[in-house]
Amino acid sequence: MPITVPAYGKEAAGRLASMADVTADDGALRRFLHGLPGVDAVGLEARAATLGTRSIKTTAKAYAIDLAISMIDLTTLEGADTPGKVRALCAKGVHPDPTDRTSPKVAAICVYPDMVATAKEALGDSGIHVASVATAFPAGRAALPVKLADTRDAVAAGADEIDMVIDRGAFLSGRYMDVFEEIKAVKEACARPDGTAAHLKVIFETGELQTYDNVRRVSWLAMLAGADFIKTSTGKVAVNATPPVTLLMLEAVRDFHTTTGVQVGVKPAGGIRTTKDAIKYLVMVNETLGEPWLTADWFRFGASSLLNDLLMQRQKLSTGRYSGPDYVTVD
Amino acid sequence: MTFDYAPAPESRAVVDIAPSYGLFIDGEFAPASDGKVFKTVSPSSEEVLSEVAQASADDVDRAVKAARKAFEKWSALPGAERAKYLFRIARLLQERSRELAVLESLDNGKPIRESRDADLPLVAAHFFYYAGWADKLDHAGYGANPRPLGVAGQIIPWNFPLLMLAWKIAPALATGNTVVLKPAETTPLSALFFADICRQAGLPKGVVNILTGEGSTGAALVAHPDVNKVAFTGSTEVGKAIARTVAGTDKKVTLELGGKAANIVFDDAPLDQAVEGIVNGIFFNQGHVCCAGSRLLVQESVQDELLDALKRRMRTLRVGDPLDKNTDIGAINSAEQLARITALADAGEAEGAERWSPSCELPTTGYWFAPTLFTGVTQAHRIAREEIFGPVLSVLTFRTPAEAVEKANNTPYGLSAGIWTEKGSRMLWMANKLRAGVIWSNTFNKFDPASPFGGYQESGYGREGGRHGLEAYLNV
Repeated sequence: MPITVPAYGKEAAGRLASMADVTADDGALRRFLHGLPGVDAVGLEARAATLGTRSIKTTAKAYAIDLAISMIDLTTLEGADTPGKVRALCAKGVHPDPTDRTSPKVAAICVYPDMVATAKEALGDSGIHVASVATAFPAGRAALPVKLADTRDAVAAGADEIDMVIDRGAFLSGRYMDVFEEIKAVKEACARPDGTAAHLKVIFETGELQTYDNVRRVSWLAMLAGADFIKTSTGKVAVNATPPVTLLMLEAVRDFHTTTGVQVGVKPAGGIRTTKDAIKYLVMVNETLGEPWLTADWFRFGASSLLNDLLMQRQKLSTGRYSGPDYVTVD
Repeated sequence: MTFDYAPAPESRAVVDIAPSYGLFIDGEFAPASDGKVFKTVSPSSEEVLSEVAQASADDVDRAVKAARKAFEKWSALPGAERAKYLFRIARLLQERSRELAVLESLDNGKPIRESRDADLPLVAAHFFYYAGWADKLDHAGYGANPRPLGVAGQIIPWNFPLLMLAWKIAPALATGNTVVLKPAETTPLSALFFADICRQAGLPKGVVNILTGEGSTGAALVAHPDVNKVAFTGSTEVGKAIARTVAGTDKKVTLELGGKAANIVFDDAPLDQAVEGIVNGIFFNQGHVCCAGSRLLVQESVQDELLDALKRRMRTLRVGDPLDKNTDIGAINSAEQLARITALADAGEAEGAERWSPSCELPTTGYWFAPTLFTGVTQAHRIAREEIFGPVLSVLTFRTPAEAVEKANNTPYGLSAGIWTEKGSRMLWMANKLRAGVIWSNTFNKFDPASPFGGYQESGYGREGGRHGLEAYLNV
């Protein structure tokens, strides 16, 4: 008998333990994931588009811009990254606008594992986290011991957050339990000797998962396996974060919270470049999950070029004039 | 701090409303023959927008005569020529869409988000669509060279003033008829602006005539012996009176009347999208929609989940200034309508249904009604049977598909229905069983000029839109 999903159930809190049976074995997990409510693509996209038409002006815009800046995982993930480039990015993360010290800091600097120590040192006691894409990013095609070693290295070097990629091949071929076990193993590898643990963000690469039903299933799968954050994509493929996919993940997070009482964060990544886009995402968070998620603890933007557009819009609001790309820093 | 959206009002400077308007007869604006006028107010602020003429029976006669005279030339034009005018009107509607959207929101109270994103694009689309048919009538399935009927007397309601005008006028002109149209007394302005567009488009005089006025004007129009076709959208009560008036005459009639649509949600439905569809089904245009999904039939096994989700979603609805771009629900169109909604909602409570509304602050001036949900509704309750025409949703439950069909069809109406399920075979099975003119699946309140619209039983007869919409204006 298929397991029904108490997705919108009334007694919310403390159900995670009782969810253990849905991950007891392959069959139970499959039945659970396939028993989740379906997604109607047309309806989902229409809702995302409607939320995108909210008109955010004046005080609300100023609030949204500062909020968006504080939620950025300022990212450099290039083969050509150097310590100098990472240090420059860190400096920018601390003081995004050199001409205006009232600008908020970003949430985190996101780098490859070998740059974690450099970033950690450059950021000092600024309070900005260091996030590292471990687990054979971006393809995720390596043996599990390699991925775990990658993760442990990054954590040992001081990473506060680990962005792992799932094995899309395993997910698409229906080996849900393999994906589940891998996420659990990486989560364990995030543990530090002092008993604390790095936060785990699980990247789905939604552009490769193709269907919305898959996105809802993989969201639940990752949350059941202990993800602290779920993240759309690596930013390395043709289709990255889109508003409908992000909305769907926010809905999954909302339902998971209703069911288990466990709060999980969401991070759209890749392709979000303008203030206008960022505000659309914030509106989605506001109207789907509400205030508890409108902080850098529970929502992040994975982006590199978004920050400069936010800064230019911020300058416009404070001076009344548009400046231009020479009035914000490149790095 | 919370993410409060600052007001984002659309400027009303784009629309220039004159202090008074006359009747549009034979291409000219003129006062009513007996000089009577009435005021049109903005339902969100109770501000008087303008004074319009109240057409008398004499004015009706003048307008019908003008239309009759214009009919000779208009109907003799090649279809391609008529199409040119219709295309021109469609493009003018697009060019002036911002102005007309603001006007419509001012006069009707509907949110600018809907007049801008739903009404106006559809208005232009209808003219484009029927412009395309004008030179292809031989291929519409009614034989070669089908003939127009003559003068069409058209009466439209206040819920979608300009859109209903488009549904009526576009097919009538495309098929070669001429028109005397009476807009609703609470929302006459956009039709008068449309009259101006007809002049701008160079439409021959008398082809379109607009008579503002009350029910008596409409009654005179329906009864006029030289009207060949009556098209009415509005309440079932008035529809019945019209049917009685024209009975025994050779006038053709189409009636598009009330509804009490069932929106049926099965336990395997895409629930998040179903919630959106329910919200769109009943709160779109303040529920002032004849095909609104005002009866939610939900499968018992998902009732709690769905209602929790629906209430959560209703809490995010923003009620207020129709001209604010972030407003989801605007003002009720008139004090009378507000009183009717209030009375029916009170009856729901009195008869034992459980009433729920999200906490929302309503403006102090104007006519407002908070989005409302009734649970524990039975088939015997008035709120399950009578059309409320407001943002009030009645929730009933069912256990089997057969029971859903039985309950959905147990209504004197039959305009529309909605089915929410991921199972295609059940969707098609249900659609075959439901007695309604329009059946949406996994969506609601979707309109397209190419798809016919109309009802069963007390929801009226005849179809508007699509190829079928031509039949009502052709002698076939």
